[in-house]
Amino acid sequence: MPLTRLRLGYLPLIDAAPLVIAQEMGFAAEEGLQLDLVRLTAWAQSRDMLGAGLIDAAHMLVPMPVGQALGLGPDLPAFDLVMFLSQGGQAIAVNNRIEQQLRAIGHPFDFADALAAGRALRRVVQGRLRVGVPFLFSTQLELVSHWLLASGFGAAELELVTVPPPKMAEVMAAGEVDAFCVGEPWASFAVDSGGAALLLPGAAIWSAAPEKGLVLRRDFADTRPDETGALMRALWRAGRWLDELGHRALASEILSRPAYLDLPPELAERGFAGRLMIASGGELREAPGFIAFHAGAASFPWKSIAAMIADRIARRRGLDVAEAMARAMPHFRTDLYRQHLRPAGAALPGASLRLEGALSQDRVVPAEKGQMILRADRFFDGFTFEPPVAP
Amino acid sequence: MEKRLTIVIVEPDKERALPIVDGLRELGDHDIRIIAEETGLARQIAEFRPDVVLIDLANPSRDILEELALASGPTERPVAMFVDRSDEQLTRAAIEAGVSAYVVDGLRPDRIKPILDAAIARFHMFQRMRTELAATRAALEERKIIDRAKAVLMKARGIDEEAAYALLRKTAMDQGKRVADIAQQLVMAAGLLTCR
Repeated sequence: MPLTRLRLGYLPLIDAAPLVIAQEMGFAAEEGLQLDLVRLTAWAQSRDMLGAGLIDAAHMLVPMPVGQALGLGPDLPAFDLVMFLSQGGQAIAVNNRIEQQLRAIGHPFDFADALAAGRALRRVVQGRLRVGVPFLFSTQLELVSHWLLASGFGAAELELVTVPPPKMAEVMAAGEVDAFCVGEPWASFAVDSGGAALLLPGAAIWSAAPEKGLVLRRDFADTRPDETGALMRALWRAGRWLDELGHRALASEILSRPAYLDLPPELAERGFAGRLMIASGGELREAPGFIAFHAGAASFPWKSIAAMIADRIARRRGLDVAEAMARAMPHFRTDLYRQHLRPAGAALPGASLRLEGALSQDRVVPAEKGQMILRADRFFDGFTFEPPVAP
Repeated sequence: MEKRLTIVIVEPDKERALPIVDGLRELGDHDIRIIAEETGLARQIAEFRPDVVLIDLANPSRDILEELALASGPTERPVAMFVDRSDEQLTRAAIEAGVSAYVVDGLRPDRIKPILDAAIARFHMFQRMRTELAATRAALEERKIIDRAKAVLMKARGIDEEAAYALLRKTAMDQGKRVADIAQQLVMAAGLLTCR
């Protein structure tokens, strides 16, 4: 039987791995699919191409479909996020001047303690802090604003600036930002360029921050359930393969090929292995669980995450919070996740909403069938978010 | 008479920007500006106060414009992303051609359409030119390589040009490869074997 071709858009980042691995390692073919992977250069491009039907599905920042749901984007057909593709994978970097100031007051650059790093940064930074983030609806923006506000910065002291990931190094070198938060390999790329030092992994701020999701047009997901299900299962199995740590070196090789990242594999491997070089001098730091694709129900698209992101965006933009949450939650399709991944044997939680930030350790919880492990999702400052009762 | 529009084209490649400007000039008396240097893009755009911004759909700087489009400070002009579902065909044509447009709020669709149509036509034209140029260049490169491979064979085996080409063609057919690929391999191998 001929394979059904689907066009998938992605941006060159290590968290595009589930798409690449699904195609290259045969998980897509097992489901009768051939994935035509289209490398894109801007998040807005991904959104517009998906909206116009030029791609069937996209690897997208988790907050992007929330922004669309709140009417903060162009008038396009409805988008749904059907599964998370990754958690973590981001790093926060500071420029050389701030690095030296932090070292001068004895900050150890342990690449782990967000509380200490935030306090130290507050001590050395006078006035405004300009932070580069990849998009105005991004996990990176949520992470840095949560962390810096909780570390004593005022909202007026923070300037969040959109910078395309491959340009972070250049923009920092030009003195246009003091710090940035970006997905790998672009933080490591900036370290190698000599102008940046890594301060924290995203997971130090929020231990299970969902980073990318699989986003489809609602009319596609609803009218082409066979292809949607096949695609989700192929990506879910690719994620499971990627979370076997023995596969990460191979994943780095495949992803670094000219067709995908087009960078030396050694660069991608740092994030995949959770072993990052934090400064151009060569200091290494271990960051276990730096990026996750599968373990601990990482791919389940909790509606409470949609609510939490909607809450943040609404507060920042002066929109009605309750209405924003109610509009966002239906776009995280836990129903499709259950329907399409149950046959593959995915562990399914009993509920689709939860108290976010409540697990300080991995925890065994009851599942639809038997039990499952949920990954710790603690915020560094103990923040929790209670979603509204399901509508 | 209708108000003159300020149109900004964000395009680092001058060869690409100028034909778009020409295309827009034909529409009437608009104030057309090119931004080629993308550092401080937001600041530059704010200075021009454009009614329409045209930019390559795949330009990474688009993500910076998105921020601008949603900004609503007192000094900023409200700018909407041009995706109007009332004219889905035009939107799709623009996206396919690789153009995106940001349009000041309240600008009438009948004023936007000709601008976008002109931009779409020029984007397509540029794409065709680029494809042709790339194909011509590749053909030229291949001819050069084949000539060099023939010279290598003529010298090494003492055969004439015709026989050298026949040999290249036969080898390519036997191996299921293109003559140019075989020629490339031969030239590379010959280079490795030659003492310098």
